Amino acid sequence: MKITLQVNGEPREVDVAENTLLVDVLRVNLGLTGTHVGCDTSQCGACTVHLDGRAVKACTVLAPQADGANVLTIEGIGTPDELHPMQAAFRECHALQCGFCTPGMIMQAIDLVENGDQLDNAAIREGLEGNLCRCTGYHNIVRAIQSVADAG
Amino acid sequence: MYPFNYHKPETVADAVALFNDADDAMYLSGGMTLIPTMKQRLAAPTDLIDLSGIAEMTGIDVAADKVTVGAFTRHNDVATSGAIGETLPVLAQLAGLIGDNQVRNRGTIGGSLANSDPAADYPAAVIGLGATVHTQERAIAGDEFFQDLFETALQPGEIVTRIEFPVPTRAAYRKFPNPASRYAVVGVLIADFNGAIRVGVTGAGPCAFRASGLEEVLNQNLDPEALEGVEVPDAGFNSDLHASAEYRAHLVKVMARRALNDLLS
Repeated sequence: MKITLQVNGEPREVDVAENTLLVDVLRVNLGLTGTHVGCDTSQCGACTVHLDGRAVKACTVLAPQADGANVLTIEGIGTPDELHPMQAAFRECHALQCGFCTPGMIMQAIDLVENGDQLDNAAIREGLEGNLCRCTGYHNIVRAIQSVADAG
Repeated sequence: MYPFNYHKPETVADAVALFNDADDAMYLSGGMTLIPTMKQRLAAPTDLIDLSGIAEMTGIDVAADKVTVGAFTRHNDVATSGAIGETLPVLAQLAGLIGDNQVRNRGTIGGSLANSDPAADYPAAVIGLGATVHTQERAIAGDEFFQDLFETALQPGEIVTRIEFPVPTRAAYRKFPNPASRYAVVGVLIADFNGAIRVGVTGAGPCAFRASGLEEVLNQNLDPEALEGVEVPDAGFNSDLHASAEYRAHLVKVMARRALNDLLS
């Protein structure tokens, strides 16, 4: 079936089978491989993107469900010359080790800062419930998000 | 995932017609359980009927004595609803404890109830608050809705359209979350309706249920101390790698005591 969606501000059209996952549309059809597939069972959050402004796990959204939607991926938030403040904070705080979980962490962190109020350490850790870092590098991730939240 | 035909009707009547015309259809709500189940090939519907386009199944209506939530309402919409937070804060708090943020952004109350996962949170609210589950055909009392493991009073083709929660004088919910999945190993919701106490328990048994033994004691004496001597029988309770039946029975009392402390504070 034909699906049209806005991806990082660009209108895109893909022709996929009904049982295609949104994450595969992004990675395979559109070549946006910044969104990662970690567990493929909606637990690890590496595939987190924004669907109509909300953080979702793209491995658990069917392509037809995203028809007509607005999708924002890690590729759409900044450029190498002009990083998104969350990307800059992750670099500054060394909030990554192997980097595999980072795109999902950043997309969830942006949702958290945009929609959460009073983001203290505990609220940030609670907000990262759905994102796993197998390097267990949470401390600096929390620090990076805190710095963006504090900067308002 | 096996192939399927995808449909996105705009009315409940159209959804039911599509269901009846298909060989082996399933309704898709938020998809937070159904899509992983289909990916594992544990479900293979011939037709998937997406309920997200049905306007009549969305929306939150708050009155002084009743909160009505459309079945397609996502968990985060309940968790962050100012009106629910003011009138029925226990429901907003419970919704905010489901899964994780990404799951709460997709999962819906109707999907959760229709699935009747033994460890889901919302069933504790439906039972504990004595809610009414509405479908396109009838109103089902919360006490009658959950029947067994993943089994409800819903008939094939029946769609949960909205849920009505009576507003109690006060209420509290406490759960012992599985540390990985955040599902409730045990969750207990206690509600006080002008002195009449209801206790809804999720996670412990095959489906959510009223803890009549605890209600009896608390109706006599609304005091955490009163729970000390109560026996919670573990017959029929779930026993798995997360917790034995005996431990779940113990947790029912612990979560009830914590919920009661919250309710009284």
